[in-house]
Amino acid sequence: MSNLEIRDLHVSVETEQGTKQILRGVDLSIGEGETHAIMGPNGSGKSTLAYAIAGHPKYTVESGSVKLDGEEVLTMTVDERARAGLFLAMQYPVEIPGVSVSNFLRTAKTAIDGTAPPIRGWIKDLDSSMSQLRMDKSFRERNVNEGFSGGEKKRNEILQLELLKPKFAVLDETDSGLDVDALKIVSEGVNRAKANTGLGILLITHYNRILKYIQPDFVHVFVAGKVVEQGGPELAVRLENEGYDRFLSNVNVGS
Amino acid sequence: MSAAVSANTGLIETEQHGLKAHSDGGDAYVPVQSRAERFTSTSVDDFEKVTGFELEWKLTPVSRIASLTEGELDGSAPATTLPEGVPGVAASWVDRSDARIGTAGAPEERASANAWSSFEKALAIDVSGEELHEYRVIRSGLGHVNRAAHTVITAAPFSQGLVILSNSGDAQLSENVEIVVGEQAQLTVVTVQEWTDESNHLASHFARVGRDARLRHIVISLGGGVVRVNPSIHLVETGADGSAFGAYFADAGQHLEQRVYIDHVAAQTKSRVKYKGALQGATARSVWVGDVLIGPHATGTDSYEENRNLVLSEGPRADSIPNLEIETGDIQGAGHASSTGRFDDEQLFYLQSRGIPEDEARRLVVRGFLAEIVAQIGSEQVESELSAAIEAELTRAQGI
Ligand SMILES: Nc1ncnc2c1ncn2[C@@H]1O[C@H](COP(=O)(O)OP(=O)(O)OP(=O)(O)O)[C@@H](O)[C@H]1O
Ligand SMILES: [Mg+2]
Repeated sequence: MSNLEIRDLHVSVETEQGTKQILRGVDLSIGEGETHAIMGPNGSGKSTLAYAIAGHPKYTVESGSVKLDGEEVLTMTVDERARAGLFLAMQYPVEIPGVSVSNFLRTAKTAIDGTAPPIRGWIKDLDSSMSQLRMDKSFRERNVNEGFSGGEKKRNEILQLELLKPKFAVLDETDSGLDVDALKIVSEGVNRAKANTGLGILLITHYNRILKYIQPDFVHVFVAGKVVEQGGPELAVRLENEGYDRFLSNVNVGS
Repeated sequence: MSAAVSANTGLIETEQHGLKAHSDGGDAYVPVQSRAERFTSTSVDDFEKVTGFELEWKLTPVSRIASLTEGELDGSAPATTLPEGVPGVAASWVDRSDARIGTAGAPEERASANAWSSFEKALAIDVSGEELHEYRVIRSGLGHVNRAAHTVITAAPFSQGLVILSNSGDAQLSENVEIVVGEQAQLTVVTVQEWTDESNHLASHFARVGRDARLRHIVISLGGGVVRVNPSIHLVETGADGSAFGAYFADAGQHLEQRVYIDHVAAQTKSRVKYKGALQGATARSVWVGDVLIGPHATGTDSYEENRNLVLSEGPRADSIPNLEIETGDIQGAGHASSTGRFDDEQLFYLQSRGIPEDEARRLVVRGFLAEIVAQIGSEQVESELSAAIEAELTRAQGI
C-alpha cells in the first residue's frame, strides 16, 4: 500500500519585507486510494503546501519531512518527485508558448515511464481521455495552456493526471472557475483515475459542491499554516454553513 | 531598447504597442534623420573608415570585422554548389555590367559598398516557373580569405519560387543580395548561417517588391562569430506584401545582428516582421533593429513588427530597437512589440512537475520558441535540418 506522510512541515517564503513563515507544522498522512479534502481561508497556506510538496523553488522548507512510501521527497528535484509518483494540478496552470499539448504530453509520459509509450496505444489513450473530458481534438495542436479559458486549463490538468498515472495527486482548487457541467466532467476524470490506479488525493477547495462528486474520506481544516481540525465529510458541510470563524479568533489574513 | 540581463529577473523589458490610423508613431523611437534620407553609394571610397561610432555600426564589434569593412576583398566567384534541373529556375555567373545588377538597391554602409566595389562575378538566379520549386544554393566553406560576393535573385511576374542560401564552414565574407519580385510573383528567400565560430559574415539584402507581389524573407543565424544580415525590403508598387522573419541562437562569443528595414513606398502595402532569438552564455550578444518607414504615398498600409528574445543564462545581452516613421495620416495600422525575457522559472517548474528533467524542459521551450520561425520556410528538408541544428546548439550550449 502506497502512502504519503507529511510530518511537521515548516515552510517559508522570501519576500521584500524579509522571510515570511507560511506553513507552521503540517501533519498529514494519505493512504493509497484515500481522498483528503483541505479547506481553509484565503492565505492560510494551502497552495504553499501544494507547491512545497511539488518542490517549487520559491518555497523554502525550514524543517519537517514529506515521505512517499518511506522515501524522503524533499531532497528530490521537481522532476524526480513527479517521476516518483507525485502530481500537482495547479491553481493557476502555466502557459508554455511554442510547445504543443501533444508534444508536451508525450514528452512527459516518456519521462515518467522511462520509455516512450507505443504510439498506437498512446494515441488511443489520449483520444479517449480527451473525449471523456470533452476536450476537442484541436487542443492537441495548441500550445500548452496558451489562450485556454480557466475551465479548459483545469481540464488540461486532469487530462495529464489521467495520462501520467501518479500515485498521489494534489488538486489545488481544481473546481474554481468551473461551470456546473465542467465540474461534473472534471470530477469524473478524477474518479476514473482513482478507480484505475488507486490514486491518493489531497483536494484543496473552498466549496462543498466538488465533494459531492469526489467523496472525501477525510476533511481537514487548514488555518494559519497548519491543520487545526479533522473530520469526515460532514465537516465540510459544517464549514460551508458556519465559515471559519470559530478557528480564527485572532488570526488575520496574511499574518 | 537594450537589456543587460542580471540574475533572477523576470521579464527584462517588454513593450507592446498598437498604433492605429492618424498616429504619429506613438513612442517608438523616431530617428533624427529619416531612413529615406540615408546616403547610398556603390563605391567604397564614398564612405568614411568605420570607427564604430556610426549609427549603423555602434552596436557591432567593428574591430572583429575590420578586414571586411576596410580591407581588400577577393571578388572572384565564391565556391558555390548550385542544384541542377530545378524546373523554372535558371542560374548563372554574370559580369558586373549585367543589367540586373543594381536594380534592387544600393549600399548604405561601408562593408556593403566594399563588397559592391570588389565583386567580379555575380550569381544571377532567375525564377520564372509558375509552380513552386525549391532552389537551394550551398556554400560550404569559403576559407579564410576575405571575400566579396554578389547575388541577384529575380522572380518574373506571376512566378513562384523558394530560394535557399545555405551557408556553412569557414568564411570571411561581405556580400550583397538583390531581390526583385515582379508583379504578382510569390517568392521566398531564405538565408541560413551555420558558419564556424571563427567566421564573420556581413550581408545586405535589398528587395523590391512589385504590384500585388509577395516576398517572404527569412534569416536563420546559428553559427558564426560576427554575423550581420540586414534585409531592406522596399514595397514599391500597390499591393506589395513583404514579410521578414528571423530566428537566431547566440551562444558564448557570438554576435548575431539583424537590421531590418521595411520601406512602404506605395499604397495598400502590407508588411509583417517577426524575429525571435535565444541567447545563452555570458558573452552571447544579439542586435535587432527594425526600421519601418511608411512614406507619404503609402496610404492604406498595414504593418507590424515584433522581436522576442529569450535569455537562457546570466550574462547575454540582447538589443532590440524598433523604429517607426509614419509620413501619412491614412494607414490601416502600424504596430510594434519587443521583449527580452529570462527563461521563465514558472514554465520550467511546470514542465519539471510533469517529470521532464530540467535540461530537456529547456530544450522543449527553446525549440518551440524558434520553431515558429523555422516553420515559415516551407521546405521539409531544410526545416528538419534546422530543427536538428537548433537541437545541437542547445545540447552544446548546455554542455558549457
Ligand atoms: N512569493 C510570496 N511573497 C509574499 N507572500 C507570499 C508569497 N507566496 C505566498 N505568500 C503569502 O503566503 C500566504 C499563503 O499563500 P497561499 O497561496 O499558500 O494561500 P492559499 O491558502 O492557497 O490561499 P487561497 O485560498 O487564496 O488560494 C499568503 O498570505 C500569501 O500572500
Ligand atoms: Mg491557493
